[in-house]
Amino acid sequence: MRFSAARILKEGLTGNRGWRPHWRSPEPKPDYDIIIVGGGGHGLATAYYLARTHGLTNIAVLEKGYLGGGNVGRNTTIVRANYAMPGNTEFYSHSLKLWEGLEQDLNYNVMHSQRGVINLFHSDGQRDYAVRRANAMLIQGDDAIILDRDGVRRMLPYLDHDNARFPIYGGLYHPRGGTARHDAVAWGFARGADMRGVDLIQNCEVTGIDIEHGRVTGVQTTRGPIRAKKIGLAAAGRSSQVAAMAGLRLPIESNILQAFVTEGLKPVIDNVVTFGMGHFYISQSDKGGLVFGGDLDYYASYAARGNLPAAEHVMEAGMALMPMIGKAKVLRSWGGIVDMTPDGSPIIDKAPVDGLYLNCGWCYGGFKATPGSGHTFAHLIATDTPHEAAAGLRLDRFASGIGLMDEEGTGSQHNLH
Amino acid sequence: MRLPCPICGPRDSREFIYRGTALDRPAPDAGTEAWEEYLHLRDNPAGPIREFWYHHAGCTAWIEVTRNTATHEISDAVLAGGEGAA
Repeated sequence: MRFSAARILKEGLTGNRGWRPHWRSPEPKPDYDIIIVGGGGHGLATAYYLARTHGLTNIAVLEKGYLGGGNVGRNTTIVRANYAMPGNTEFYSHSLKLWEGLEQDLNYNVMHSQRGVINLFHSDGQRDYAVRRANAMLIQGDDAIILDRDGVRRMLPYLDHDNARFPIYGGLYHPRGGTARHDAVAWGFARGADMRGVDLIQNCEVTGIDIEHGRVTGVQTTRGPIRAKKIGLAAAGRSSQVAAMAGLRLPIESNILQAFVTEGLKPVIDNVVTFGMGHFYISQSDKGGLVFGGDLDYYASYAARGNLPAAEHVMEAGMALMPMIGKAKVLRSWGGIVDMTPDGSPIIDKAPVDGLYLNCGWCYGGFKATPGSGHTFAHLIATDTPHEAAAGLRLDRFASGIGLMDEEGTGSQHNLH
Repeated sequence: MRLPCPICGPRDSREFIYRGTALDRPAPDAGTEAWEEYLHLRDNPAGPIREFWYHHAGCTAWIEVTRNTATHEISDAVLAGGEGAA
């Protein structure tokens, strides 16, 4: 079923009776070439690109809940490629290019909106770092513009520019950054994978990983054993539990990251604005809600809901940056379980078990990575060699200390990022 | 969330700084693998975990807390390095 304007017109004139479910609900087969554990954005994207780019279709995606019910449905929908460290810059650049062709590729409206991301700075030192980061982005081939005080004032007149503690000196403007409709991304990849023959199996929790002579042979699930030649893990905040089934310990701690949405308002915030000094960032959804968040709750947790101190801190930072939002009523808040690595950057690599592949450690940045992660993870699984855009996302960088990507320059240690 | 400081009693979690999983520090010459385990690799359980909290806005003691990461239920808190600590 292809979506098009003509199709919408036809369905509109014939009572919308022709629409069909976007994917099947198949029973698991006893045997697959490849199993992807985790039916979130990254898992579904991986299955899609395995089929789309590599022509592999004897694939199952196993999801313990429902498709897109994890972090791809619990983020703040921001898409950007404004990283500074080698390893990250080329990866997120690759991902952003995939985003830019994604809707045509998937034939699915993911509401990708390149409304621009502005990172504010508040001191000479921060400006120097923003310029350094902008240069890294330009060298990578992406876009970056340094805005001075007046530039920010013109674009974002509603901010408290002369805040006594953090006066706004300027901003790093990334015009190609923006937002996308998070659920639609999961649905679009699911539909695209299903159309090409991938089995998407929901309510199917993996309870064990079978290994014989150092090589994976399949998984045990709540819907019975399934054999597979290769297994890719894309379980986000639950990565440690899934990897433990293969006897692995990962350099990951799971923390909670909260997000908040206000009641729907008329258009007021045109871009994505980040306020690093206050740990706050904000955009406005197409429905009108102000979508904002801040830092982690800063202790290990799987509670999938936030604690009040972090919520209070985010609200305070928001009020400091744009006092006008004090009039908006917060409608709901939620927490996602994020898989934090010591350096705050992700891992796409082979596991030290033959036939097992790791996609984890997305910290607070997994959503924007979705197409890039799926594309490069599919490449790794299909060819057993890392994709050039993801070659820096190595598992062994923590032990070796080579190629660490601590964007904030705080070091590589748990609980720093 | 309140943490039961053995010295101060139950106190708001904002008075504490989280200092991570309570692990035994390897000997300086224990080798790369032992230090990799200590610095980076984690069990990361969805359940009870032993962890350090530093009571910076209180008595400044380091305490070792047994907390369930799925429910935030706290079952034990002792002075780090003291009786009952790991």
